[in-house]
Amino acid sequence: MTIHGLLYIALLFALVLGTAFPLGRYIAAIFEGHVAWLRPLERGFYRLAGVNEARQMGWQSYAIALLLLSVIHFGLLYAILRLQYYLPFNPLHITGMSPRLAFNTAASFTTNTNWQAYVPEQQISNGAQMLGLCVHMFLSAAAGIAVAAAVMRAFTGSGLKSLGNFYTDLTRITLYLLIPGALIAATLLVLAGAPQTFAQGMPLHTLQSGVQPLAIGPVAFQEAIKEFGTNGGGFFNANSAHPFENPNAWTNLLETWLLLVIGFALPIAFGHMVKDKAQGRALMAAMAIILALGCVGAYAAEAAGNPLHIAAGVQASGNWEGKEVRFGIPASTTFNVAATGTSTGAVDSATDSYTPLGGVIPMFLMQLGEVTPGGVGSGFYTIIVFALLSVFVAGLMVGRTPEYLGKKVQAKEIKLAMLGVLILTFFILAGACFSLVTPSGVASLANGGPQGLSEMLYGWTSATENNGSAFAGLSGDTPLLDYGLGAAMLFGRFAFMVPVLAIAGSLAAKPKLSESTGTFPTTGPLFTFLLIGVIIILGGLQFMPADTLGPIAEHFLLYAGKSF
Amino acid sequence: MILRELRPAFSLVVLFTLLIGLILPGIFTGAMQAVLPWQANGSLIRQNGQAIGSVLIGQNFTGAQYFVPRPSVLSPNPYTQDTSGASNLGPTSKVLLTSVRQRVAAYLKAYGPGPVPADAVTASGSGLDPDISSENALRQAPAVAAARHLPAATVIALVNHLARHRALGGIIGTNHVNVLRLNLALDHLPPQ
Repeated sequence: MTIHGLLYIALLFALVLGTAFPLGRYIAAIFEGHVAWLRPLERGFYRLAGVNEARQMGWQSYAIALLLLSVIHFGLLYAILRLQYYLPFNPLHITGMSPRLAFNTAASFTTNTNWQAYVPEQQISNGAQMLGLCVHMFLSAAAGIAVAAAVMRAFTGSGLKSLGNFYTDLTRITLYLLIPGALIAATLLVLAGAPQTFAQGMPLHTLQSGVQPLAIGPVAFQEAIKEFGTNGGGFFNANSAHPFENPNAWTNLLETWLLLVIGFALPIAFGHMVKDKAQGRALMAAMAIILALGCVGAYAAEAAGNPLHIAAGVQASGNWEGKEVRFGIPASTTFNVAATGTSTGAVDSATDSYTPLGGVIPMFLMQLGEVTPGGVGSGFYTIIVFALLSVFVAGLMVGRTPEYLGKKVQAKEIKLAMLGVLILTFFILAGACFSLVTPSGVASLANGGPQGLSEMLYGWTSATENNGSAFAGLSGDTPLLDYGLGAAMLFGRFAFMVPVLAIAGSLAAKPKLSESTGTFPTTGPLFTFLLIGVIIILGGLQFMPADTLGPIAEHFLLYAGKSF
Repeated sequence: MILRELRPAFSLVVLFTLLIGLILPGIFTGAMQAVLPWQANGSLIRQNGQAIGSVLIGQNFTGAQYFVPRPSVLSPNPYTQDTSGASNLGPTSKVLLTSVRQRVAAYLKAYGPGPVPADAVTASGSGLDPDISSENALRQAPAVAAARHLPAATVIALVNHLARHRALGGIIGTNHVNVLRLNLALDHLPPQ
């Protein structure tokens, strides 16, 4: 570790947190319908789609609208992937995906996961990336943020029957937040060298390797929303390690900022919505503290390097396997940690080749439930679940009915919250366990020893938590993993989102009590540290045995000089 | 209840697919092709009218005459320009350890005793890493100079001239040099 590396992490946090405050205020204004600089376009969409702007939806209608839109969009993507051979913008004449791979990929992009069991350069056309994947990157992100908006509204008043209007939320978030942000970022990326073209790659007359085609396409636009919407689906197989996706250290910083900033802005938006800014800051602080510890930890582990390689005569300058020279160690590890802390799942270096402790941190951040700061929207509503559990725990200690922002948290909400948490845990552990005892699952592993277990555990964690990053040695395109992980992604997204909307609906209807001396304060350091404790104990503890058998065991074997 | 939502849900999917999938990329691509055509088309270097490579994408070089890039695990050849990927071998992988040992031995044989920079014996994340660390380039420079019958100082000066340095007080990036640019510059040095 060097002071420069630590300063890089500090710089990133300063940039992200500094910009999250104004962005959060802007997002709150979007939620409240005060942003209207594309009003004619917005109104045109409503007219064509038959959306009644004034309609207010209860939690059931909100959930049904979201699920129905997701199902329709899932079907469209499945069709595009199967039929891509016949669709435009396919200069390489790539054939349609198999049914199981198309199912997996459609589930992946509908759920904002962006798990990639396919090799982009060979298995998906430029047209399918544009018309299919890229549109999902916007709408799945907008859907997540819409649910966050709905949850925020539940705390704004007494006896509310409505959580807002899903269609106007989705449209406004896409038009006023995601599209402008993506266009600005994409322009900066092109300036640095990310390509943006519909033409086929021209043959290169390389100096020593003969004539070769160059993979190229409309990269920059997709890259921008890939980070901004915490999606993570790379245009290329190497994802953000590919020089066309991430040309230099400055774009690497820009991309890391992009994938974090909405996640951190949402609690600030929450503070504005409930007219109590300290509430938002307390949530943001918990997110930032856990993420900062992860960034420093992973950097320390990778900077220490691989003792086996150092013994083989390699200079001790960190673990460079799977990392790009232009970024350096601290910027590489920070990108990957930020991308797993946000459900982005992009990588600028190969996590499978990280040291055991460097690799367990990204995995553990996902297992915590993706709240640091989590996927756009999903991170916010997940940390609200943890906040409810925190006040419940505090309420048990003092023997008083817990309240969160004046709303009584009762058995119904806690049951639904625990249901959501347990569904995720079940899919991760049961899925990884089942896969590791079937011959097909074992055949998918690329590495032996504990690293093999880590690959499978990481895969199920990533899919269920809708992250999408991988210990990429795992061969994902098998019937077991295509269907299994596809189902895990769908359950991880929607079987969590619907209980959350139910909680929001239940809380919205309750009266908002005014604060009394007996109210447990949900602002300030005491609450922030209680929340961190609940996230780590309730979110993380059940994964300790599995993580111990994988990366932790491997760490000790590595330092004992063992290889597999 | 579901039927009521069918029209708005379906229509919004179609409208946004048209807007985000066709109209926006069309306008944005057109604008970038007009304003930043070199970058938008892959930052290509041309010689005698032919594209010989992208500045951003590494190519394979072998032999003592050229600076050698980082190991690449792409198939069928290292640095195959239309693929990308890492080894994905874990920290305790025997396969990786064997490769690293072989690369260390080859590096010491080619460039003489001394430190072996980590980037010279490990594969990158993309398999297309266009750069090597300045340290690695300076270690290779005397051998390249000898193979080309140039003074070592000339080649070292060239490396230093083309090297990129850490920015913002040393916080951002690394000290490195682009292998394709370096080797092209070598080919263009006046003969001694």
